[in-house]
Amino acid sequence: MKHLLTTEGLDRDTATALLDTADELKRTLLGREVRKLPTLRGRTVITMFYENSTRTRVSFELAGKWMSADVVNVSASGSSVGKGESLRDTALTLSAAGADCVIVRHPASGAAQRLAEWLADTPTSVINAGDGMHEHPTQALLDAATLRERLGPLEGRRVVIVGDVLHSRVARSNVHLLTTLGAEVVLVGPPTLVPAALTGWLASRRVRVSFDLDAELPAADAVMMLRVQAERMHGAFFPSAREYSINYGLNAARAALLPEHAVVMHPGPMLRGMEIADSVADAANSVIVEQVRNGVHVRMAVLYHLLAAQTRAGEDA
Amino acid sequence: MTDVVISGARPYGEGDPVDVLVSDGVIAAIEPKITPPDGAEVIEAGGQVLLPGFVDLHTHLREPGREDAETIATGSAAAALGGYTAVFAMANTDPVADNAVVVEHVRRIGESVGLVDVYPVGAVTVGLEGEQLAELGTMASSRARVRMFSDDGFCVHDPLIMRRALEYSRALDAVIAQHAEEPRLTVGAQAHEGELAARLGLAGWPAAAEEAIVARDCILAQHVGARLHICHVSTKGTVDVLRWAKERGTQVSAEVTPHHLLLTDERLTSYDPVNKVNPPLRTEPDTAALRQALAEGIVDCVATDHAPHAPQDKDVEWQAARPGMLGLQTALSVVVQTMVRPGLLSWRDVARVMSERPAEIGRLADQGRPVAVGEPATLALVDPDREWTVHGDELASIAANTPYEGMTLPGVVTATMLRGRITQLDGKVR
Repeated sequence: MKHLLTTEGLDRDTATALLDTADELKRTLLGREVRKLPTLRGRTVITMFYENSTRTRVSFELAGKWMSADVVNVSASGSSVGKGESLRDTALTLSAAGADCVIVRHPASGAAQRLAEWLADTPTSVINAGDGMHEHPTQALLDAATLRERLGPLEGRRVVIVGDVLHSRVARSNVHLLTTLGAEVVLVGPPTLVPAALTGWLASRRVRVSFDLDAELPAADAVMMLRVQAERMHGAFFPSAREYSINYGLNAARAALLPEHAVVMHPGPMLRGMEIADSVADAANSVIVEQVRNGVHVRMAVLYHLLAAQTRAGEDA
Repeated sequence: MTDVVISGARPYGEGDPVDVLVSDGVIAAIEPKITPPDGAEVIEAGGQVLLPGFVDLHTHLREPGREDAETIATGSAAAALGGYTAVFAMANTDPVADNAVVVEHVRRIGESVGLVDVYPVGAVTVGLEGEQLAELGTMASSRARVRMFSDDGFCVHDPLIMRRALEYSRALDAVIAQHAEEPRLTVGAQAHEGELAARLGLAGWPAAAEEAIVARDCILAQHVGARLHICHVSTKGTVDVLRWAKERGTQVSAEVTPHHLLLTDERLTSYDPVNKVNPPLRTEPDTAALRQALAEGIVDCVATDHAPHAPQDKDVEWQAARPGMLGLQTALSVVVQTMVRPGLLSWRDVARVMSERPAEIGRLADQGRPVAVGEPATLALVDPDREWTVHGDELASIAANTPYEGMTLPGVVTATMLRGRITQLDGKVR
């Protein structure tokens, strides 16, 4: 495995190996006073964030540092990107400067894949930290890690993903990974925010679309609330934040429809009140904080598999 | 001018091979056997297909403004190599061809290059901004003799402006060529709205955004009795609208690009922007409907939408890339592949869709003429059996953004002639 660009096409064995490594790292680090492993000493990891991010960037940075890699953060503002440098030139520059791994977040769908092609002749690995509306594979992996931790194996489990599915890279990556791991996925949202076409790609997997959240909650093992981006509020996708909240917000009454064992997830950042009620976000069955914690271990596992696990010659994602 | 004898050619791919004598720019004789006059150049056709030179209603030559992607000279060379003898140069240059000065400039450079008749398209609105009519009459009566107006790249979206443009153009015997794209339905659009776009996370460009404008404009054209041309038809639904409009007598014509006949959005999985084009590559049922429509004449002609782009505008992430692809040198081959080989078009039909109809639509009296004695020797000679492999850097355009890179396609244009002058022979421009 040279790159991690998508969860689409990630086979079950590889995904499971990544999750197992994440579990192992978590156990290893648990209760340690000094959270530092020597695994990636001498390796250089560069994060390239073309969009704002708190948790993902910090999570990757910590993941690298806890494994003793040298981590450099580049953001679009305050770098040559601000001077009009192309993504390709920036990537080649960072690779030439000695990056073993480039972690990229970019507003354009497909940006990470393009980057990997431009860096094909170099030893540099690429990790997709979110490309436009396309994928966010490490988010899906940390979600799966959290679900496994709480629910055990995902085979036969039902995960309800709620909100702006259409524009969500988190939803896409989760659909691929969760179904690969044997779970069933229900996408819930207003018709304007779920994919218009459910042929081919979705039909071939255990995925279904519903417009009725209340109907889906009683049989859910987990409910994953998605962020509603501010720009959707003005694009006539739904009449008002109030109506959205009434129909698709996870309030206390609605959360009570969930089975007792079911967990509540949110990739963050949350719009409390609109997407999810305060009390629900902080309830005992909410794993939102655990998702963040697992994020670091999952990203450590990804870095480990890309940079340390085996000789990388001849391997490809 | 030297006399030329094209020896052993089959006009329209029909009948036994004949010799064609070209003298003073005109077809002087067509006989089973002609003894070449002294000093005449002989082109051994070996049974190849002789057609009227092709006419492209939709070419972006990029000059003035983006000479790093294409110039009138390099675009003319690409046209000649593709069998074209006339091209309509779209107005979205910098400065925009929205006045007599720019269209005359383009026309003059085209004449000085001399490889192909370059007819500038005038903008419908000032600066392609869709707000104020450009001086259509002045452009029509200028030396450039503009007969086609288009804001291509942008849709004339305001229904009142479109109505007025259509109405006004009646006095000029001109046609308004519409880039049919409802802008509110395509905000930020990156790919055909469908399963692929959903999977790849690309904002959708719905077929309805094209079909709604085509329907509206057919109704407007009928209402004011004007001529309308639809650029780059890309959807099955548009074909249905065109069929309906033609049945009720609307003066509407339409073009399809080679890439919309051959390619589908399946290509987008690579995120390689060489496949990014506007309107976007659609689906297999669309390509099938477009081929059928071209065969039936619902879609009148093939136009390339030849759109060169410099590497820095293509070798980027998908959403930052400019839409468009090269087309002049590959058009005939794609038509052979999609239409001739499957038996949807005869060679006589190819002459119709690539030469005669576009010449009529663009009001060119001396193009798209029959291969017959007394007619202008404006011709393309095609070897239907030979295949070739496309390489962008071997094409005559400055830019190399061909979606057919590495593909082997059938049909080679072995010679092109403009009023008796050989503009290319065996892939070499003269």
